[in-house]
Amino acid sequence: MLTKNAAGVKARKRLCMTVNGRAVEIEIDIRESLLDVLRDRLQFTGVKQGCSVGECGACTVLLDGTPVNSCIYLAAWAHGKTVVTIEGLAQDGKLTPVQEAFVDEGAIQCGFCTPGVVLSTTAMVDSGKCFTHDEVRRELSGHLCRCTGYQKIVDAAERALREAEIAADEHPV
Amino acid sequence: MFDICELCEPETLAEAKAIFRANPELKVIAGGTDVLIRMQHGNLAGAGLLSLRNIPHLDEIQLLADGTISVGAMAPFTRIFEHELIRKHVPVLGEASVSMGGPQVRNVATIGGNLCNGAVSADSASTLFALDALLKLETAEGERIIPMRDFYAGPGKVNLLPGELLVAILIPREGYEGMGGHYIKFAPRKAMDIATLGVAVVCKIRENRFVELRIGLGVAAPVPVRCFEAEAYAKGREVTWECVQEIARLALKPAKARSSWRASKDYREHLIEVLAQRAVAEAVKRGGGCCAD
Repeated sequence: MLTKNAAGVKARKRLCMTVNGRAVEIEIDIRESLLDVLRDRLQFTGVKQGCSVGECGACTVLLDGTPVNSCIYLAAWAHGKTVVTIEGLAQDGKLTPVQEAFVDEGAIQCGFCTPGVVLSTTAMVDSGKCFTHDEVRRELSGHLCRCTGYQKIVDAAERALREAEIAADEHPV
Repeated sequence: MFDICELCEPETLAEAKAIFRANPELKVIAGGTDVLIRMQHGNLAGAGLLSLRNIPHLDEIQLLADGTISVGAMAPFTRIFEHELIRKHVPVLGEASVSMGGPQVRNVATIGGNLCNGAVSADSASTLFALDALLKLETAEGERIIPMRDFYAGPGKVNLLPGELLVAILIPREGYEGMGGHYIKFAPRKAMDIATLGVAVVCKIRENRFVELRIGLGVAAPVPVRCFEAEAYAKGREVTWECVQEIARLALKPAKARSSWRASKDYREHLIEVLAQRAVAEAVKRGGGCCAD
């Protein structure tokens, strides 16, 4: 419980989590962020390091289905949790409807913010809730697009939500 | 990597209090969206962290038998905003909660962390001032319950004893029942921004008269403040536009606005008056009154 870090000795911890559907067990340094572990140790480089202070949303991952900034989240806290990165969406090369919506709307410019925005949109779609235009903008407000291509991003998110709603109507659970 | 020398992750509140009593130098970390950012900026170098994230039930929102709404200190802002009890009884706290940061931050950032951080701009603080909220603080030795307004000691400073943890925020029935409320956050951006000014108003209206009015201001002084003179003036008065204007003028009294790179003193004072007017007018409307002239 008390992970002492005596001078020069790195405090390490065993971290068990599920990343993109796979159980991962790894020894981490308590000083690492979830971003550090995902990118540098597990090579999920679709998780982008932007501002490192929770402003830009490039490092967004889904933690138990909820978008969080992995740059200001201790890796140790992910113990026992389920993490989804952008690499976890497409299956066998087939994009998810949310990803398709971003392609169809041309909502990608340099691509740096895209993984995060797609994951936040995925969380909205998966929630099964309805979102107004303002609510969609609010749910995406934690992402900065350095190309400033916000309009198409919002369009893509709304398309994804609309299509999910239609799909749910056609195939009610 | 963060400059952390140790990470304590107790599994129970009792364990946390015992560790904190033995190691009062530990930095308590809740959601981490302030502490880790400060570390990223090179502050708190080499700190030992006491994480409260593994303690169950500390994030619960409950209606207690006496009508008090208890918000666990570890409740993240998204939970507060979406919670049935808050929507039904204290929507003004939901309004303040959803104005804070962006979604990813709100999913992790906790109301307890927001308060203990001591920032005068904390969106939850001015609202809890207006709601006459109480704070439940615990040490290994015992607990105490103090009013919100006794908590703030200065910019970034709160009255927590060594080894003491904020466990819950209590909103007594009298604080919220039958009240209309409104929170206005004024900031250059709608999201991911810090309030230039925050105005929280709750009021109870009967036969278009103020039975009660409470106003909390954030960023108007070194600590969040209540506008007691404006509140006393309103009591018993008929709701008219002149009355609301006078309330807004009196709301300036406790303000000790200062100039910073965010806004000048004059601008802040202008904001207090104008936004107090708007917030009171909206709270009156939501409380069933009408101040149309």
